[in-house]
Amino acid sequence: MTTTVRKSPARTTTVRAGSERAVPRGAGGSPLRRRSVGWLGFAPFGVYVLLFLAIPGLVAIASGFFSADGAFTLANFATLGDATILSNFANSLWLSAVSALISAVLGVLVCWALTAAKPDGFVRAVVDSASSVFAQFGGVMLAFAWIATLGTGQLVPVIIKALTGVDINASGSILYSVTGLLFPYVYFGLPLMVLSFMPAMDGLRPQWGEAVATLGGTRLHYWLRVGVPVLAPAFFGSLILLFANAFSSYATAAALISQGGIIPLAIKQQLTSETIVGVANTAGVLALGMVVVMAVLMTLYSALERRTRRWQR
Amino acid sequence: MTTAAAAPVADVVRPRRSGGSRRSRVGAVPSKATGAIVLVVIGVLFAIPLIAMTWFTFQTVGTGAFTLAHWAAILDPAQASTYSDLFAGIGNSLILAVIVVVIIVALLLPAMLLAELRYPRVHRVLEFVCLIPITVPTIVLVVGFVPVYQVVQSVLGSDPWTLAFAIGVIVLPYAYRPIQANIGVTNLTTLTEAARSLGASWPVAVWRVVLPNLRRGLLSSCLLTVSVVLGEFTIANFLGQNTFQTALLLLQQTDPYVATICAVVALLFVFALLVLISTAGSIRRPRRKKS
Repeated sequence: MTTTVRKSPARTTTVRAGSERAVPRGAGGSPLRRRSVGWLGFAPFGVYVLLFLAIPGLVAIASGFFSADGAFTLANFATLGDATILSNFANSLWLSAVSALISAVLGVLVCWALTAAKPDGFVRAVVDSASSVFAQFGGVMLAFAWIATLGTGQLVPVIIKALTGVDINASGSILYSVTGLLFPYVYFGLPLMVLSFMPAMDGLRPQWGEAVATLGGTRLHYWLRVGVPVLAPAFFGSLILLFANAFSSYATAAALISQGGIIPLAIKQQLTSETIVGVANTAGVLALGMVVVMAVLMTLYSALERRTRRWQR
Repeated sequence: MTTAAAAPVADVVRPRRSGGSRRSRVGAVPSKATGAIVLVVIGVLFAIPLIAMTWFTFQTVGTGAFTLAHWAAILDPAQASTYSDLFAGIGNSLILAVIVVVIIVALLLPAMLLAELRYPRVHRVLEFVCLIPITVPTIVLVVGFVPVYQVVQSVLGSDPWTLAFAIGVIVLPYAYRPIQANIGVTNLTTLTEAARSLGASWPVAVWRVVLPNLRRGLLSSCLLTVSVVLGEFTIANFLGQNTFQTALLLLQQTDPYVATICAVVALLFVFALLVLISTAGSIRRPRRKKS
């Protein structure tokens, strides 16, 4: 273990302020001894990912291409012409889009409000924690919360009816329809927006505001010329993330709706009982359909993410 | 341009953060009042379902009158057998949480550090892999997990803990992001170079310089992991294992009141845990001087 003499003395002066972001990351600057052995460090993680991510993923996608007795076939894709399946896809897409849009817009508002709070303060801790709970932990339990809120005979529908005369549960409980899923979906979408957009909001340097003020600009100028352009990629990136999250969400819907209606529920139905006559491995076909939608979204997301990071260095 | 801009700088800078809390109103930051109003309004909207849910647990079946019977039921030893599945599910979920955290710390973290410190080009690959579970929805992976677990179960048995491998995969994005965010703002390369030039070996540099600097990212990564595992439903549901969430959904069909009580308690518990640790983390953290 020899000590390594650093090549540029200028670098060492920045060590004291190591946690600051002023220094560009020195890629490739570290000593590379025993290069071939070092690669083995990736082996445990690589094997794990291969066994439990690559193989299941490939199996899921490939299964749609095989018939019940194991022969290669494209016949399964007839599923995608089925009216029920098509309407399930349409439901999934609009539910995800609408809930993501509402969550994203309200989420930006919350993030903006949060910048007034101290970064290490109690308010931030509470909002961050609550957001984590709703976005990542909720699932089935959020469904319970909404049953207790909007279910037939519960307090909120009764109050709404008393105030406006509209019975939101007139044709069966609204919660058990795809439209009703909007409530829980925004309920976990907005917190996810706060979690994913807040770093971008924090990335707005106070110096930029000062620079605009110094040059005689108003806060409107600041937003138009600095804030919006800098935040836009992060906003659309987060929006895509929200869409993807809603699109693939299963737990909340499964706890509310026992029949199909959106694609994840249809996959569950197909795995437990093949309901479309003459078509095998429908779940695999539906899974492939979801992957295609997600792949398009994620390509957009990574492009936007790259633009966002430019400002967070 | 530069000379014109230089003069007013002193004026603008002077009032900034003189007392620490007073901020000038330039840039994005809203006034304290505006911020508070927005947060309170949305906070109240988000509280309504939680309040409705809590209120629900105090209602008598049918009449809706106030009662503590449901809360008493879950603590009543005589009825413990009714809820034995639930308690078993909670136990299983806790075991899973521990195993998944071990997977993250033992497999993901070393790979990330190695990529950051020695193989920067692997970064992109690692990030891509860790974000796959977002790109490929859990529900899709599950279609593949069903056949894979037929093999896994013939090797390892069908105990609930085997789910940890599948759940570990879907946790990757949540575990990766906080650690990576922390690495991004901490100049690890420079720090380890400094440590190494002062004579530290690689293990010492990692243990005494790198890991302490990544404390915050690691902590939130592990917390997110635990909360995702405890809230995981899809995989357990498809693979027919009894965990906290699947047990809750079953219980909801026979005793919605007790199921809702568990949900309220679990939500509050995880929330309190996250608040406690994030505030403790920020108090411990040395204040950064920005001047």
